Amino acid sequence: MILRSLKEDIVKDVSGDGALEKPGRSLMQSAMLRLMRNKAAVVSLFVLAALILIALFGPYVIPFNYEDPDWAAFRAPPSLESGHYFGTDQNGRDLLARTLYGTRISLAVAFVATLVSVMIGVTYGAVSGYLGGRVDQAMMRFVDIMYALPYILFVILLMVIFGRNVYLLFAAIGALEWLTMARIVRGQTLSLKEREFIEAARATGLGPAAIIFRHIVPNLSGPVVIYAALTIPEIVVTESFLSYLGFGVQEPLTSLGTLISDGSDVFEVLPWLLWFPASFLILLLLSLLFIGDGLRDAFDTKDHKS
Amino acid sequence: MIRYSLKRLLTAIPVLWIAITVCFFVLRLAPGGPFDGERPLPQTVKDNLAAHYNLDKPLVSQYLIYVGNVAKGDLGPSFITEDFTVSEQIAIGLPYTLKLGGLAFVFSIIVGVSAGIYGALNRNALSDYALASLILAGLVVPNFLVAPVFQLIFGLKLEWFPVGGWGDGSVRFLILPISVLSLPHIARISRLMRGSMIEALNTNFIRTARSKGLSDRAIVWRHALRPALTPIVSYLGPAASYLLTGSLVVESIFGIPGIGRYFISAALNRDYGMVLGTVIFYMVLIMILNLLVDIFYSWLDPRVRTQ
Repeated sequence: MILRSLKEDIVKDVSGDGALEKPGRSLMQSAMLRLMRNKAAVVSLFVLAALILIALFGPYVIPFNYEDPDWAAFRAPPSLESGHYFGTDQNGRDLLARTLYGTRISLAVAFVATLVSVMIGVTYGAVSGYLGGRVDQAMMRFVDIMYALPYILFVILLMVIFGRNVYLLFAAIGALEWLTMARIVRGQTLSLKEREFIEAARATGLGPAAIIFRHIVPNLSGPVVIYAALTIPEIVVTESFLSYLGFGVQEPLTSLGTLISDGSDVFEVLPWLLWFPASFLILLLLSLLFIGDGLRDAFDTKDHKS
Repeated sequence: MIRYSLKRLLTAIPVLWIAITVCFFVLRLAPGGPFDGERPLPQTVKDNLAAHYNLDKPLVSQYLIYVGNVAKGDLGPSFITEDFTVSEQIAIGLPYTLKLGGLAFVFSIIVGVSAGIYGALNRNALSDYALASLILAGLVVPNFLVAPVFQLIFGLKLEWFPVGGWGDGSVRFLILPISVLSLPHIARISRLMRGSMIEALNTNFIRTARSKGLSDRAIVWRHALRPALTPIVSYLGPAASYLLTGSLVVESIFGIPGIGRYFISAALNRDYGMVLGTVIFYMVLIMILNLLVDIFYSWLDPRVRTQ
């Protein structure tokens, strides 16, 4: 154990991680400074934080449950007196509670699916880039082809087969959204693996797996964070798209897509049932988009097209 | 060029085969068969149905039969709509989907490219910012949200266009679905176009053209357009597949009897045969479209061919 940690220390010293640490951190710091100067991104950060807080804690504050009807108020328009600030639906359920709950589910799907896609994408891209040669060509060809396929159809296929399970929805979306991540990570890995510290690690006799996960992956955090941030809004849209079509989250659970789907059916007579969930979705997407763009500009790695 | 296309075609076939294989076996993993209804069927009926659909044979020979049929263009029977095979249903829906998708494709390219050029030429003008915010709206607001709003405004309030349906397939019925379908693509294409046009206008050969005294119009159309179009062309492949997924929603909302609507209702009714057949059909369609885009791309940018 001691020996091993000693070896790691040596590897660290040889690879110059200690020396690289400083410019690395200042790069991060200057990127953060640039992000803070981007007004749209800062405002979006606050909006997103507010949305997350409301979605997490709001349901405990408001007196209505997302699934229980209020027998005194069916199809009630939004009003301050009744306490239904967003009105109620045809079943007398409080729309505010449902919207908050839906936001929560949409956010949960987005974060879990992004996590899944990051894990697959980073592993795939790093392995492909590090191994290089034939393996790399075959792996990237596969990604190219997957890119062209209408992956929503596969998600729908999976939902048809395994029933409409929310957890499966997380995994299925994530498992199909990793392609861009894999490409970016591969591009980064290709340049990283020529660096001295990787050569040093190889010289100490580390295997490819150890090099990839201990030395390459940690150095990818910048671009990975940016593209994860850009993936989240995509997944939010995908989830609401699927829920809208009826393949996503099922009653009495709800997501923003389900709410919009229900709302657009009765849009003409009960317009608030569409407007409130729609505004939440758009606000969420806008803020996520601005944060992602802001992060990309702040790091300005220029190799996001690779 | 022919060699290039053939090579691309040959790499597409194994991918298609793998995708079909995975889909086939995943579908067979599904709990419950297509004939598990509310009322249990008599055993003989069940046996006959199973025999008719080859479900009584071992899985491997079922698979071989299916792949053989697909290779011949037969996508098998639909389990719910008994009188039609999957291929027949697709053939019925295809003209509608193609017309809708094709027009939306052309429409989004024309509008997107023009808007992008306009933005690049009037950079940082007020109209450029207005355009940019419209583009942002197109990117952020999903089509299932745009559709009901358009239906309400243009269909019910202003009564300019019918709210849905296909009618006689005339333009009046098509305008709303096409605009909803192409909105996000107009946004993406004009964004790409604006960027690549600005980049193209900053190159040396444009400076030469300008110093030669060519007019702005001649520079844009004769010199800058072709290099600026390359990123648009590479977006067309993904755009085609996005248009297909978008048409799932648009066809359902506007009640257009295309493949997308069949697919959704088949998926909701667990008609495995139809779902699998449609996915395979879509994959083939997308692959062909991608091939065409790539060939077009290599014509536009000869550097690609030599790679």
